[in-house]
Amino acid sequence: MTVKVFVDMDKCQHYGQCCFEASDVFELDEDGKLQYVAEADESRRDDIESAADVCPMQAISVE
Amino acid sequence: MSSVVIVGAGLGGLRAAEALRANGFTGTITVVGDEVHLPYNRPPLSKEALAGGVDVPGLEFRRKASIEDVDWRLGSAAVSSDLAERTVTLADGTTLAFDGLVVASGIRPRRLPIPGPQEGRHVLRTAADAHAVRDRLRPGTHVLIMGAGFIGCETAATARALGAEVAIVAIDEQPMVRPLGAELGAGMRRRHEEHGVRFHLGHSIDSFVGDDHVQVAVLSDGTELPADVVIEAVGSVANVEWLAGNDLDLSDGLLTDSAMQVATSSAPVVAVGDIARHPNALFGSVARRIEHWNMPTETGRRAGATLAALLAGDEPDRGPFCAMPSFWSDQYHHKLQSFGMPGIADRIELVEGSVDGPCIVEYHDASGLVGVVGVDRTQELAPYRKQLAARAG
Ligand SMILES: Cc1cc2nc3c(=O)[nH]c(=O)nc-3n(C[C@H](O)[C@H](O)[C@H](O)COP(=O)(O)OP(=O)(O)OC[C@H]3O[C@@H](n4cnc5c(N)ncnc54)[C@H](O)[C@@H]3O)c2cc1C
Ligand code: SF4
Repeated sequence: MTVKVFVDMDKCQHYGQCCFEASDVFELDEDGKLQYVAEADESRRDDIESAADVCPMQAISVE
Repeated sequence: MSSVVIVGAGLGGLRAAEALRANGFTGTITVVGDEVHLPYNRPPLSKEALAGGVDVPGLEFRRKASIEDVDWRLGSAAVSSDLAERTVTLADGTTLAFDGLVVASGIRPRRLPIPGPQEGRHVLRTAADAHAVRDRLRPGTHVLIMGAGFIGCETAATARALGAEVAIVAIDEQPMVRPLGAELGAGMRRRHEEHGVRFHLGHSIDSFVGDDHVQVAVLSDGTELPADVVIEAVGSVANVEWLAGNDLDLSDGLLTDSAMQVATSSAPVVAVGDIARHPNALFGSVARRIEHWNMPTETGRRAGATLAALLAGDEPDRGPFCAMPSFWSDQYHHKLQSFGMPGIADRIELVEGSVDGPCIVEYHDASGLVGVVGVDRTQELAPYRKQLAARAG
């Protein structure tokens, strides 16, 4: 099983809070724009859920 | 089956409920909220939701499946409590019994007694507040903002974007001076001035003039300012009244230990979010309330784990609490981001850029780096955050 990650880029303000919870999944690039991987291993679920919790814009959904 | 009552249906209450479940608590959870809404996100109320329209369902937090069975008692405030009897009484007369209690009732904006008409005076804490303000922000309307903290400044930026005429009156020497310091505060002031905001710093409001509705504000130096809408953002008062009579330390919010537990022999009680005055081992032993959005999540997780342990008859983790305070703010597409506690610093150093452009500012005290603020430099703050986290030792 994998975890599906979706970030609503209309909502995302590139604060990078998510990156501190799961740096292998979420990253700010050199221009400060959020980059993320859309599918991660099931073992990463808790950290990805945490990332969704701490997103100020509540832009992250997890499946 | 044991039961938990959570008073306050905001972010802290929500996270505490989730953490109780995540830590194996299977009893009943009842969340009491005086607002009629399920927990929703407040920061947009001074930013995009104020600019674009207050759509509360769109602001609601996602609720995890683990808390599907929570009983939400919304639209009724807790008015009193008896910790020895383990009961909370609501405004509608209901009394709820509990085995464990979570205090999550947050804060409310402070109101200053100012003579003159009262109609037209607003605050910004709830969706209802934002709704009332939103309806009055029109092009050309004279908006007078009391207080130059984050909420005052964000509201000023939003009101300008909507075409209103905006003045800020504050006793401080610069906007956001306590968290940012005078230099960066001045830089932020100049950004606001470029967008047409007028500042009256070092002043307070003596009185309002008007018939039923405020029309003019009279400042301490006699200046008269037109004021169709007054928005007051001059600090906060903790919602602790319902806890009176239980012999608790309510001097500034509710005091807790590092496990977020409240010292009382009566019942297991924890506190979370804006109301909780708690020690943070990253910044010495002083207990503080921290009104940042990330703290309800951090304190909620810890408090939920503590309460679940206590109700299971286990000893909770009483080790140091080391959550990283973090805030952000959005003003005219400028992004401020902070980690740590810049407000406690006694030495401030601009390390990159200029306070009038993208920059990074370090905040120090005798113990070393205590905080960092970046303006439009979010992606470069990670190493500072790491350095601050290393203060845990
Ligand atoms: C306009 C605005 C903008 C903000 N912007 C930012 C930002 O950009 N960045 C940032 O870091 N932080 C920001 N914050 C702060 C952040 O929103 C708060 O720190 C956070 O909401 C605190 O959550 P809480 O659960 O502790 O309290 P709250 O969200 O206030 O929840 C407490 C709930 O309890 C209810 N309640 C109170 N008394 C009772 C009672 N007796 N019985 C029942 N219910 C009761 C309250 O009505 C409320 O619904 C902002 C806040 C506001 C108001
Ligand atoms: S925390 Fe949210 S807003 Fe910030 S970068 Fe991540 S997804 Fe975007």
